[in-house]
Parts: sequence; structure tokens; C-alpha cells
Amino acid sequence: MTATGFDALGARAVDAFTAAAVAEGLADVAVTTIATPVGALLVAAVDDAIVRVAFDVEDHDEVLVQLAQAIGSRVLEVDTPVLHAARTQLDEYFSGARSTFDLALDMRLARGPFRLEVLALLPAIPVGSTRTYAELAAIAGRPTAIRAVGSGCATNPLPIVVPCHRVLRTGGQLGGYLGGVERKQWLLDHESRLAS
Amino acid sequence: MAPTPVQHHPPFQPFFAAQRGAVLRLLVGMVGPDDAEDCFQETFLKALRAWPPRDARGRLDSWVLTIAHRTALDLLRARGREVATGELPEQPVVDEDDRVLAALDADELWRAVAGLSPMQRATIVLRAVLDFSHARSAEVLATSEDAARRSYADGIHALRGLVDRNELEAGR
Repeated sequence: MTATGFDALGARAVDAFTAAAVAEGLADVAVTTIATPVGALLVAAVDDAIVRVAFDVEDHDEVLVQLAQAIGSRVLEVDTPVLHAARTQLDEYFSGARSTFDLALDMRLARGPFRLEVLALLPAIPVGSTRTYAELAAIAGRPTAIRAVGSGCATNPLPIVVPCHRVLRTGGQLGGYLGGVERKQWLLDHESRLAS
Repeated sequence: MAPTPVQHHPPFQPFFAAQRGAVLRLLVGMVGPDDAEDCFQETFLKALRAWPPRDARGRLDSWVLTIAHRTALDLLRARGREVATGELPEQPVVDEDDRVLAALDADELWRAVAGLSPMQRATIVLRAVLDFSHARSAEVLATSEDAARRSYADGIHALRGLVDRNELEAGR
């Protein structure tokens, strides 16, 4: 006896349901999981903009709970157009065919105006180069706010897409990273290949 | 075990992932594989519109299976007749061990239970496929525990009758 009859029926039924739910505007947050060389990424979107990228070390189940509390509890796994675009662009980024992202971003999970300002500066750091937390504080016009820059990077809701991994400690030490320091190093190595 | 902290607004997706298999099985048992897909969509759209459930003080699985059961009954009423009443399935698939029902695929499960009443089908899926107690089946079906137990026993008895008859006709 096999369960294939249920698997095929179930897959069709799930697709039909999620499509109908999105068409009816019932999903507060759409999520999908993307396999990458730095592990599975959970990507979440609200309407036409991505709102969260999470590494597997963050525990994706826990991230769903956070999204439900911060945005809305109707969190649904479904491929919306923006999530499809995010998947395509992340695939291209990791395969070396793309170095920058062209996705609408929803920054509502970045708390505080200064942190938001810091995150807005990050895409201007060219692929293959890095800045220090101190340099970024100076660029933001608050040269003494080095710790605030650090916490802005550490709480980046959209890692990889908003490149907080390009910010290091003065002296070249990596500094922290939500996905773990080894992933930060992997991304920097990958980008130095992309840039060369 | 420490008590689970109350989550007032749990995300829908883990609930959906955990319950969709049970809902699909109940629906296939109630309306058959062809209509189960539409009922599945309607059931979870209702659940999503109502999410987070306010009146589901008990278990979320009972809550969504109750919605599924009502959705299936609505469909059966809309058909204007009870599915397959009086039509015996050609090849009932059932064993002395009721638990074999749990291993059936969608078409086999439907063939096995299609000749029974909706209530018998529902109690058999809940008890023999989803491993619910009669008390929990009764909660899902909004009936008494006695009625659920009786319906299940009658259904299983009828299934055995179908098998015996088929074996006689096959000359075994």
C-alpha cells in the first residue's frame, strides 16, 4: 500500500488552496524556503515587497512566530510574484550571475530611525569591498555611534539582500553575523570572486 | 512537562502543515477523492478567514476537522443525495485488522467506505485512520460519545459484511 494517491491529491489541493487564499487577500505574510550554499533561507513577503530573510540557524519555526506577532498571524507558505523573483535573484547571486538585487524591500522590521538609516547605506558598498562600523558611523554623520551601527547591522531583517556582511570591525576582524561568522566569510569570499 | 505557553496569535502555516493530512483523509472518506480537493480548499479558507481561532479553547485539530466535517456535509446536502448510498463499492478494501485502513491511499480508502453513511464514514476515518478516541470523534462531529461509538461499530460491521459478500461472489 502506498500513500502516493494522497501525496498527489494533497499537493494539488495545497496549491489550489494557497492560490485562492492569496487571490482573496487573506495572507498577511507569504513565506518560502530557498536552498542556497549558505543553507536554507526563509524569505518572507508582505504584498509586493520582501520583509525578512532568515538563515536556518535562526530557527525558521521561531521566525514564523516572530512574523505572526510583528505583522499578522496569517502566515502562509506560497510562491507570490515577489517571492518568485527573490528565488530567481538569489539563485543567480549564488551561481555568480548577479551581484546586486532588484527587489522591493519592506523595512518595517528594522526598528528605529538610525538603524534604518544605517541599513539604507549598505547597498552603496560595492560588491567585493567592505567598510568598517566606524566608517559607516562617519558616513551616517554620527562618528561616535559605532555601537549603534553595529546593532543596526546585527538586527538587519534582510541579510544578504541588504549587505550587512560587508561591514567589518576596524582592523579587519569580521565582527558578528546573524547567520554565523563562517557564513559572513563565505559571502565575502563569494563576492570577491564576483567582483574580480 | 512544562505547560505550553499560550500563543494568542500563532502563525497559520505550521498549523496548516500539521493538519492538512488529517483534513484531506477525513474529506476523502466523506465525499471521495474527486470532491475532496474543493472541500479541502473551502475548509482551509474558512479556517484562514477565522484565524486566529477565538472559540477554539480546545485543540486546533478538532477545530479544523469540525470545519471540514461541516463543509463535507454541506457538499453532500448540495448534491441532493448521499454519496453512493445503496451502491456497493466494487472492491471493498478492508481487513480483519481495522488499522489497515490507515495505510490505504485516497482511492482505496474511498472504495472501502463509499457504501456507508456519512456518519459511519466520518467515525471510521477518525477512529481507524486518524487514531482518535470516540470521545474526540464525538467532539469533532458534534455528537455524543455513544453515538460516535455506535456509528463506528455499525460501519465496521458493514465493511466486514461487504468483504464477506465479495469473497462469496468471487467464489472464494
